[in-house]
Amino acid sequence: MNNQKASPWKSIKLGLSVLFGLIVFAYGFQITKVNLEELRSETRQESLVRVTRALANPDLFEYEREEAVINQPFYTPCPENATVPTSDESGAYIVVTPACANPGEIVTVEGFNFAPYSIGPVRFVPGSDITNIVTLGRENAETDGNGHFVLEMEIPDRPSDDVQYIRATIRTNVGSPHLTKTAYDTWEKIVETVFLALLATVFGTLFAVPLSFIAARNLMKPVRSPLTSLSFSLLGWPIGMAVGIFIVRLVSQFIAPFTSNLLVNILLVLIVPALLSVVIRWALPEEDTTIPTSGLRATRFIVLVIATLIGFVWMYQFSALLMNSGNLIAPKLGVFTFLGYFLVQIGDIFQVSIPVVGALAAGSVAGNFFGKLGQNISEKLNSGTVKIINLVSSATAGATVFGLIGWLVEWLYQLGRPEYTQTGPIVIGALLGLLLALTTKPKDTLPTGLVIYYVTRTILNTLRSVEALVMAIVFVIAVGIGPFAGVMALGLHTIVSLAKLYSEQVESIQAGPLEAITATGANRLQTIIYAVVPQIVPPYISYTMYRWDINVRMSTIIGFVGGGGIGFLLQQNINLLNYRAASAQMIAIAIVVSLMDYISSVMREKVV
Amino acid sequence: MLQIKNLTKIYDGGVKALDNVSFDVPDGQFLAVIGLSGSGKSTLLRCINRLIEPTDGQILWNGEDITKATPEEMRRIRRKIGMVFQHFNLVHRSKVITNVLAGRLGYTNPAWGLVNRFPKSDIEKAIKQLERVGIADKANHRADELSGGQQQRVGIARALMQDPEMILADEPVASLDPVLAHSIMKHLEDINDSDGVTVLCSLHFLDLVHRYADRVVALNQGQLVFEGLPKEIDDKKFKDIYGRDAERVG
Repeated sequence: MNNQKASPWKSIKLGLSVLFGLIVFAYGFQITKVNLEELRSETRQESLVRVTRALANPDLFEYEREEAVINQPFYTPCPENATVPTSDESGAYIVVTPACANPGEIVTVEGFNFAPYSIGPVRFVPGSDITNIVTLGRENAETDGNGHFVLEMEIPDRPSDDVQYIRATIRTNVGSPHLTKTAYDTWEKIVETVFLALLATVFGTLFAVPLSFIAARNLMKPVRSPLTSLSFSLLGWPIGMAVGIFIVRLVSQFIAPFTSNLLVNILLVLIVPALLSVVIRWALPEEDTTIPTSGLRATRFIVLVIATLIGFVWMYQFSALLMNSGNLIAPKLGVFTFLGYFLVQIGDIFQVSIPVVGALAAGSVAGNFFGKLGQNISEKLNSGTVKIINLVSSATAGATVFGLIGWLVEWLYQLGRPEYTQTGPIVIGALLGLLLALTTKPKDTLPTGLVIYYVTRTILNTLRSVEALVMAIVFVIAVGIGPFAGVMALGLHTIVSLAKLYSEQVESIQAGPLEAITATGANRLQTIIYAVVPQIVPPYISYTMYRWDINVRMSTIIGFVGGGGIGFLLQQNINLLNYRAASAQMIAIAIVVSLMDYISSVMREKVV
Repeated sequence: MLQIKNLTKIYDGGVKALDNVSFDVPDGQFLAVIGLSGSGKSTLLRCINRLIEPTDGQILWNGEDITKATPEEMRRIRRKIGMVFQHFNLVHRSKVITNVLAGRLGYTNPAWGLVNRFPKSDIEKAIKQLERVGIADKANHRADELSGGQQQRVGIARALMQDPEMILADEPVASLDPVLAHSIMKHLEDINDSDGVTVLCSLHFLDLVHRYADRVVALNQGQLVFEGLPKEIDDKKFKDIYGRDAERVG
């Protein structure tokens, strides 16, 4: 224990800090406009009561209703000579006392023989037309067990010599309750919401897994490469991607005439994989115990390239098969039309992604190939030559990278000033490349992996800081209002946040197995598959579940900005002051979210 | 023949783990590496297959300089060097058979790894290696269901899958009881005797050194302080290796 004496200075300090705290809170009250006076005002309390009651009474069930409409002739003011009408007492009827009255007077309305325990309005019908739907005044009648009610109402200021009416409309619930239209709408939208979350999670996870390896420090730190290899690889990527897109376009033009026939589709989709598997088995032997000759290597490479081309043909045929068969069967499926529609959409997604796949594949092949070439140059040639090659390749690579960035800037900002977006960046990039080549020793390795790691992390962190709601606004513009925009926004947000969570799991794996697998001669890909992946499966599953949970909750409000799902309905109803409907939607959200929570915790226990 | 020449390793923090170490290991020898904890035994073994990059010096294996090998060449060198670890370093959540098959990764084409596929011959071979170390019945168990001694046998089977010409064993028995220690050492001895595989094994217990090793090198603070036959370690040598205050037990 601290046994210091209480000094006056300490007390003053304590007092000052309490005072400071009070001031902070006082300012907080001012900023957040705390004002209980508002709560006390009559109108606010009334509307609060109304809204609370509406919320407590969700618009989920209703009854079929039967109406008993009784019109009682009534004079105001009292006529001089006409007879005062009496009521027909055979069925339900109302009696007004006095039977005629001056405007502004209070009359007693009594109802008999109505359905017991029913409610409905009692109103004054102006004009002498009994079918007039325009009514004045409103008193609520509530019948007792005998179908009797009594109420008082004020006669409105509508004097007339003709007969007017007092109308009682008493409504009775008949039959069993059934769901309202709001309930059906809510159901439809909540289903949409759950699937929106599901799709976003699945897509997000697919992209987040490979990204997480790049964003893991322990995997990227050992990746180092000499400058020659790095700059060659940097040059190889864009060239490869351009070539890839070009080739895929050629293939698609070549194959276009053959995609419309379903039979051709089926035939090719079945035959090509069999052919490819034979070719790939030859070109990618499972084991190489001896070092293959360079001639054999070259042949294998060429065969693989041809196989890839055939692979693209297959991809186009496959997507065409999906779309054609989808279009064919969709009209014949009845309730299951959505299955045909699904095939068409999947085919479309597949087709759209083929050029992307082609660009990435060709880019990585070229990048790798050039990188290896650079590696060989830097290993085999003497330092002087390597230095010269470095100077040239590094300057070119720098110019290329900066030129591409400049092109992006030009595209974004439309500057129209080539000295800022073309020549400038290219010269700067070339100079930086030269500088890098001059300052590094020719055969030194650079921390390529760490650079990639930092770039990836920065992009992930930047994107993660943008809320999914804001992303949804962008996607609503891109793909229109609806759940698709919500899927894109939530999917993108899932990618960036899961990639970060995943990569932290990769960083915390045991290093031992990694070391052991590396020691067997496994390359980087094999090390990841056999040492890293088995260790991260449980946390990955658990994070994915958690993210699904978050996505369900997010998708309930993504509709506020037009992203589809139940939020759209909820916001609409709140804006229309339709609180009973809003209440139904809030209940649906609560049920789904808690159900989701329960299911995901059960699944997590089962799987992990 | 493995030749270590002037091997030096200085870690990033400035710690000198190996200081100008030189010695030769003829093919087929069982070499024990002894020394206190932190004397550089693990660093030495890991420099040989370049799990740790040496700062200076040469490692020649059959005339080829390992320190200068390119990544492609390193893959071919590593697959001929099996490694056994103190903490076994198995992938816990994988099956035993998968752990053993991982020893073939230096030979298999990486592309097939994507679909987790090994040639049939490798799978048969893996079963054979498990039979050799006596735990074929555990092939489909998860690695972390096995006891320590069994896990180390899996580690040895994994090294055997590489068809190794040399095995680096980094304190393979330090976390096992004496009975298990002997059984594991006997496996290594058998591999050394019948397959003619060179074994470099770091050890703590001198009785194990006397029983199994053909020759001994000793490290103290990164320097080679002894090189010779196990029986040559007398009391004076012992104090050189383990320090003034050390006492011989057993």
